[in-house]
Amino acid sequence: MLVGSQQKLQDDIRALVERHGRTRDALLPILQDLQAAQSCVPDFAMQVVADELGLHPAEVYGVVSFYAFLDHRPRGRFVMRLCRTISCELARTAPVARQLENELGIAFGETTRDGRFTLEWAACLGLCDQGPALLVNDRVYTKVTPDRVHAIVEDCRKVFGAHAAQPSAPSAPVHPAAHPQPALAAAKG
Amino acid sequence: MTVIDSRKTPLTFDSIAPGVGLAAALKLSRSDLIATVAASNLRGRGGAGFPTATKWNLAAAAKVSEGECKFVVCNADEGEPGTFKDRVLLTEYAPLVFEGMTIAARAIGATRGILYLRGEYVYLRPPLDAELARLRRAGALGRNIGALAGFDFDIEIRMGAGAYVCGEETALIESLEGQRGEPRNRPPFPVDTGFRDQPTVVNNVETLATVTAIFANGPEAFRALGSERSAGFKLFSVSGDCDAPGVYEFPLGLTLRELLEKVGGTNAKAVQVGGASGVCVPAKAFDRRLAFEDVATGGSIIVFGPHRDMLAVAKNFMEFFREESCGQCTPCREGNHKLLEGILMLERGECSTAYLRELCLLGETMQLASKCGLGQSSPNAFLSIVEHFPEEVLGRSFAAAGGER
Repeated sequence: MLVGSQQKLQDDIRALVERHGRTRDALLPILQDLQAAQSCVPDFAMQVVADELGLHPAEVYGVVSFYAFLDHRPRGRFVMRLCRTISCELARTAPVARQLENELGIAFGETTRDGRFTLEWAACLGLCDQGPALLVNDRVYTKVTPDRVHAIVEDCRKVFGAHAAQPSAPSAPVHPAAHPQPALAAAKG
Repeated sequence: MTVIDSRKTPLTFDSIAPGVGLAAALKLSRSDLIATVAASNLRGRGGAGFPTATKWNLAAAAKVSEGECKFVVCNADEGEPGTFKDRVLLTEYAPLVFEGMTIAARAIGATRGILYLRGEYVYLRPPLDAELARLRRAGALGRNIGALAGFDFDIEIRMGAGAYVCGEETALIESLEGQRGEPRNRPPFPVDTGFRDQPTVVNNVETLATVTAIFANGPEAFRALGSERSAGFKLFSVSGDCDAPGVYEFPLGLTLRELLEKVGGTNAKAVQVGGASGVCVPAKAFDRRLAFEDVATGGSIIVFGPHRDMLAVAKNFMEFFREESCGQCTPCREGNHKLLEGILMLERGECSTAYLRELCLLGETMQLASKCGLGQSSPNAFLSIVEHFPEEVLGRSFAAAGGER
């Protein structure tokens, strides 16, 4: 990592600490905001957070590694989470899973080389009457069939293109809102 | 924004105007308030069924440390497979949930409320934040609520981060404190040593909304429904092989057969009640009642049609638990691995009856020796499927194992 970007990350983390507080119970919100802004919580960030909160870095790593929605490895701009729990499985998740792998060219647990997509299994998404259910960042797709997978992926690519075209202020603080997420749209089955 | 409407029956909550329950509650003294909840016989809607009034009484009596306060936590970490009623409540009836939290705060003397929302429901957060802002503007949150001098209470939302075990109340508190979501030893219980070691009431979303309904309609109306030991109405999240999956409201105490008739699943060969941690009820036991004294449930009902492979069902549940065990205690961390291994052997048709018996004994050990509800209940589905469907489980041919994943 370049010194300039390290400095920026350090400043961003200090801004987060100011916002959420310097106490241990602020740790998870700080890490969640970092995850949203950086698509991961890198090792360096864990050290800075630990310094700021007066914790051992191993404590921070322990928390990051515990929660499924936090990761120290970079995740894609779009995290696609397919529900693998029983009700969705009964509604035939398997062909949808297969087609997601085919469209993205990656297996579950992997990220595309362009850094756009991560494919993951999710534990129950709470959409058991609408399965198979897919969560893409904060967007919900219900009753997904294999033939709809291509359109879902294309939706994301369009959002990515639009987002990349927007100039972003280099000194903007780390905040989830800095990365606009597609609004919830429950696509019809 | 398109709202996913899962409601299949009208709900009692439809008839309750926002503000009515809270207004009725704030007219009562704090002890009368808890007495009203006690009179309703309300038991926790998350699944464990602990009497709500008892929990509140303990928290009301507990002492706060200097400079600290009591907390009301709404458990919106709805992670149990097959459960989605809380999503519906938070989407359609959020004011009633927040009112319930405010009533609980009044009862126990809390000044801070936290809604712990599971990470998978991140899309519910903006509307919930907007609702909280609206309540603050209306004076239903903040200082001197309801013109009661000194009744200060506000609610913040904290996000979970994808850990099923954080639905267990002490793990949830650990998570709020910025720790790994590993359950604590109990006692001490959260009602006296909870968030930041202060008295904390942790109630399920549905419990809190139901509290509001009880104050709006009176405890008698609530107790008139259901059975003696399981009072009131309850939401059921129905999914799987039935004509109309969705959220239903029924009085507690109805039989599984009655429920299946209403959801269009009468040809089912088994029903999983209570999600992955619940039990699998075979067709011959469909006269059992959904109530705390018979088959207790947080409301998850998964229907399995006649063509389903029950070992595949057990495998799905066990994969879930292997993933979601927090790894803190040995029976759960190792036991779920071993049970899944055993299921894979059964699937390949390579498991002797003697070994299957060993696996069942291991399951019973896990039920006894695990630290929290996760490990204590994770073998349930496997054990009940082995008990009720032994002919499906044993002696499978290798070819049969190659079905869909």
